[in-house]
Amino acid sequence: MNSERRGLGFYVLTAFFVLFVLFLYGPMTTIFILSFQGPNGGLTFPMNGVSLRWFENLLFEQQAVGDFGGAFARSLILGVMTMLTTVVVSLLAGLAFRRRFLGSGPLFYLTIASLIVPSILISLGIGLAFQVVGLEPAWYTSGFGAHLTWTLPFGLLIMFAVFNRFNPAYEEAARDLGATPWQTFAHVVLPIILPSLIGVGLFGFTLSYDEFARTLMTAGTFNTLPLEIYGMTTNVTTPVLYALGTVTTVFSMAVILVSLAAIAVLRKRRARRIAG
Amino acid sequence: MTLSRIAPYLQATPLTAILAAFLVLPIATIVMVSFWDYDSIQIFPAFVFTNYEETITSPVTWSIYLNTLKYTVIVWAVTLVIGFWVAYYLAFHIRSATAQMVLFLVCTVPFLTSNIIRMISWIPFLGRNGLLNQSLMQMGLIDQPLEFLLFSDFAVVLAMVHLYTLFMVTPIFNTLMRIDRALIEAARDAGANAFQILTNVIIPLAKPGIAIGSIFVVTLVMGDFITVRFMSGGQSASVGLMMANQIALLQYPAAAANAVILLILVLLLVGGILRIVNIRKEL
Repeated sequence: MNSERRGLGFYVLTAFFVLFVLFLYGPMTTIFILSFQGPNGGLTFPMNGVSLRWFENLLFEQQAVGDFGGAFARSLILGVMTMLTTVVVSLLAGLAFRRRFLGSGPLFYLTIASLIVPSILISLGIGLAFQVVGLEPAWYTSGFGAHLTWTLPFGLLIMFAVFNRFNPAYEEAARDLGATPWQTFAHVVLPIILPSLIGVGLFGFTLSYDEFARTLMTAGTFNTLPLEIYGMTTNVTTPVLYALGTVTTVFSMAVILVSLAAIAVLRKRRARRIAG
Repeated sequence: MTLSRIAPYLQATPLTAILAAFLVLPIATIVMVSFWDYDSIQIFPAFVFTNYEETITSPVTWSIYLNTLKYTVIVWAVTLVIGFWVAYYLAFHIRSATAQMVLFLVCTVPFLTSNIIRMISWIPFLGRNGLLNQSLMQMGLIDQPLEFLLFSDFAVVLAMVHLYTLFMVTPIFNTLMRIDRALIEAARDAGANAFQILTNVIIPLAKPGIAIGSIFVVTLVMGDFITVRFMSGGQSASVGLMMANQIALLQYPAAAANAVILLILVLLLVGGILRIVNIRKEL
């Protein structure tokens, strides 16, 4: 295919792809612009001047409803908890699935089921289970578990992709040189799969940080950030809503960029080491 | 028994324990509570079928389930067409691996940002005084703002396509990348034109990816309530939304009966997809 000249199909599909990217990013861009709305501006265009008024309002003033700082802190902590757990548990399960073991089939299907059971069912189920047992739901217990049912399947599928491509010759070489299983893992396997683990961590954090449906009935007394944002959509009619959207999106983007940069650096370093 | 024999069991234990506690147990609880009874203040253990009876015999339920299926079919069809062509473009028209990676990431990044923010971001675009209405009026195409753009079925479908197309792009892209390019060369050498290559070589080989993407989209739309609530402005309903409302009214057994019916329906749909396409090779 590569030797061919670009045909009409290429240009049509390029236009289609550009439209798709515009469709993905266009709306986000409009709220990004509108969050700089002037002090008297409304929720739609035209811009009534340009100001940082709404960011100021969001970050430094008491809101009529809600608690942005607290919700952000809770989502951040929950995201980090979910990220660390997802990385460790997916890695262990990924290692387990490299060998045959009794019950590997059912466990695999259970993990996939976790992905396709509608979020609201998980939310309702965990909420009810806590109620029946007599436990108080809280974002760091029931909410944490609810998020894991969403992040772990992604983590495990990524680990499958990683270990399917993993060349066991490296491990055999390490073993032949007298490495213990732990040394083989720590000095051979782990460095090779590290970039993918960062990817798993990125999924774990961002999916948790943005999760709404699974948190709805499991967060308990205190809101996470998506619940807080949802609450704001029903009572806030100023561009402070967009300022919040911009701040959280910029934060998500920053997390994504840092992770991708870390993956790129690790890859480059390894390529250099192999070449040198 | 040596350590290496029991190692996989130890390694699989955390995953098993988490899924048992937060997936199996909660679903078992839902099934149990769906037979419980309730009044306006509390729920209590019982073994009654009234929750199912009330759900199944109510015409409202039927119309809500039909509405949810309608969303599912439309969103599935639209995301399939868009997702396939985006994946096709990335896999077959982008020649450098780096460009492919970068463009794929461009498509993936929005997936990792907040769904609610992405829904909110349609308001200034579609609203009565939104960008679209303003531009259409300036161009003289319409005299007064189009009302159906926001808070309508159209808005719901648009937002769902916006949120869920990525779930179609990724698995299809994945299968397309694995197609041996020699097969396409061979088809061309044998005299196939571009359309024949597409329908006889590429699409059959892309089926597992299409199936996985379809499972994602179908289950996401079937269980959705936040997009429907937000984008329809309360004018349309879905099963998820009905459940969310029952939960808000503390009618947990009714919500649980609904949940069981929804789960059975979703599993039937997924089972149907898996019957048509064998995805095992992909996993």
